[in-house]
Amino acid sequence: MATIGLGHYLTVSAILFTLGIFGVFLNRKNVIVILMSVELMLLAVNINLVAFSSFQGDLVGQVFTLFVLTVAAAEAAIGLAILVVYFRNRGSIAVEDINLMKG
Amino acid sequence: MTPVPFPDLLPALPEILLAVGGMALLMFGVFTGDRSSRPIAWLAVLLMLVAGALVAFGGGAERVTFFGAFVSDAFSSFAKMLILLGSIIAVLLGADQNERDGQARFEYPVLIVFATLGMMMMVSASDLIALYLGLELQSLALYVLAAFRRETVRSTEAGLKYFVLGALSSCMLLYGASLLYGFAGTTDFAGLATTLGTGEPAIGVVFGIVFLAAGLAFKVSAVPFHMWTPDVYEGAPTPVTAFFAIAPKVAAVALLLRVMMEPLGGLVDQWRQIIIFISIGSMVLGAFAAINQTNIKRLMAYSSIGHVGYAMVGLAAGTAAGVRGVLIYMAIYLFMTAGTFAIILCMRQKDRMVEGIADLAGLSRTRPMLALALAIFMFSMAGIPPLSGFFGKLYVFLAAIEAARDYPALYTLAIVGVLSSVVGAFYYLRIVKIMYFDEPAEGFDRSVAGEVKAIIGVSAVVTMFFFLFPAPLLSAAATAAAALVKG
Repeated sequence: MATIGLGHYLTVSAILFTLGIFGVFLNRKNVIVILMSVELMLLAVNINLVAFSSFQGDLVGQVFTLFVLTVAAAEAAIGLAILVVYFRNRGSIAVEDINLMKG
Repeated sequence: MTPVPFPDLLPALPEILLAVGGMALLMFGVFTGDRSSRPIAWLAVLLMLVAGALVAFGGGAERVTFFGAFVSDAFSSFAKMLILLGSIIAVLLGADQNERDGQARFEYPVLIVFATLGMMMMVSASDLIALYLGLELQSLALYVLAAFRRETVRSTEAGLKYFVLGALSSCMLLYGASLLYGFAGTTDFAGLATTLGTGEPAIGVVFGIVFLAAGLAFKVSAVPFHMWTPDVYEGAPTPVTAFFAIAPKVAAVALLLRVMMEPLGGLVDQWRQIIIFISIGSMVLGAFAAINQTNIKRLMAYSSIGHVGYAMVGLAAGTAAGVRGVLIYMAIYLFMTAGTFAIILCMRQKDRMVEGIADLAGLSRTRPMLALALAIFMFSMAGIPPLSGFFGKLYVFLAAIEAARDYPALYTLAIVGVLSSVVGAFYYLRIVKIMYFDEPAEGFDRSVAGEVKAIIGVSAVVTMFFFLFPAPLLSAAATAAAALVKG
């Protein structure tokens, strides 16, 4: 039986983080999917922090995780609120419709 | 279990005052409604003035509290003074403007107070957790501010774009922070500095630095993470754009300075290439992309990207002189930008905002004083002596040239900087040409609020006559830089 080491956790978290980034950039359908991808990235960071914290016997990482979770909740609330006002004005939340200003 | 001692609250007094005061203003606003938006704006200004006085009289001695998570020193005091100044200007610019646009809501000054609190916490952060919390407190307030005109598509679209990219950048920063924590075993800046040392870092640390730098580059809107800036600057209401261009930019640059010089100070050879890359990218893009803009807010967005590039030249030097140069640059940038945006706020025809550069045509004949002030700011941003913008560039380039003896790539950086500032001068001077030599367009409305006039006047005087009295700013910036770069 192979034991699960720090490397395994870091790999999972790196994969989740990459999936999150791709979710933000490759998705052309819906802004909600972007919000979910951002949450995925935050959770990947949390896995990282808890894994490091547990393998080092240092609690700071877990404290950090709790803060990240709290802030993520506030961020989701504000993101959804902005999305709601945007939908009221535009009538759509498709990513390709967010194009009033072009960079 | 040993009882934890109660932390010393005195070093954080300005922040505590802003937090309590901001919440009090929010309650006051909730109970009295939007008709009290004017008094709340003035109370917010008063609150930030008191906080500024507390910062100023708190002294420059280094005081650490909250178990090493919060530090108050000469560097943070300098940055906080600039941030508070920028926020006060934003509240003053917004109060009158929002009323004219039928947007007189009491949330505007309250949100600015909370964003200011976040910025002050992040420049005082001495721990990765405190850094993240300060940054998020700032960002969450800024997302809402960008979408402040909630019945227009443009403003809400700006808010949405800013939110998505801001959240993404926070994630990158956090991922970098988690890697640094994992490989150094601590989140404390002093602990990180001793653990990471000066030697060859582990590959995880390098990844951590890259992600951290990417997240912070988003916040200062440096190339290649600048894409959000023009859209958000154009879409957000003009007073909010002015705020974005001043206070959060100063705060993010100060945070970048602290992170790079304090915990990662020993690894300067690792991050210097990143900073040189984003500096060159920002300067060149800021110079070229602004050339064919027609909207003045978009132009200012590219201009601010360029200015961040110039400021980064000082950071790339990695010396106390470089940090001093960046601080001087940001202080000068604050006045130039505040004045320019105050003038943009005066661009109203028949009680509607206009934002086209062509609308400035012949301003020298319809509004000579306004044209003169804008010409001063444009010449200064182009870096023409003896205006203040020249000195900002002078000190960062000097620091880079001095440090180039040890690291020759900085010569290239300084040369690219000078060349791109020549290119940049083209679009600044084009505005002057449009104002002074083109046939007058329809004039702007004459009614300008007293606060806006005062901000234009003071900024113009500071920009024009900085060279006569540079000593206070130079010595304050030198003290602040010495507090950050020890030994």
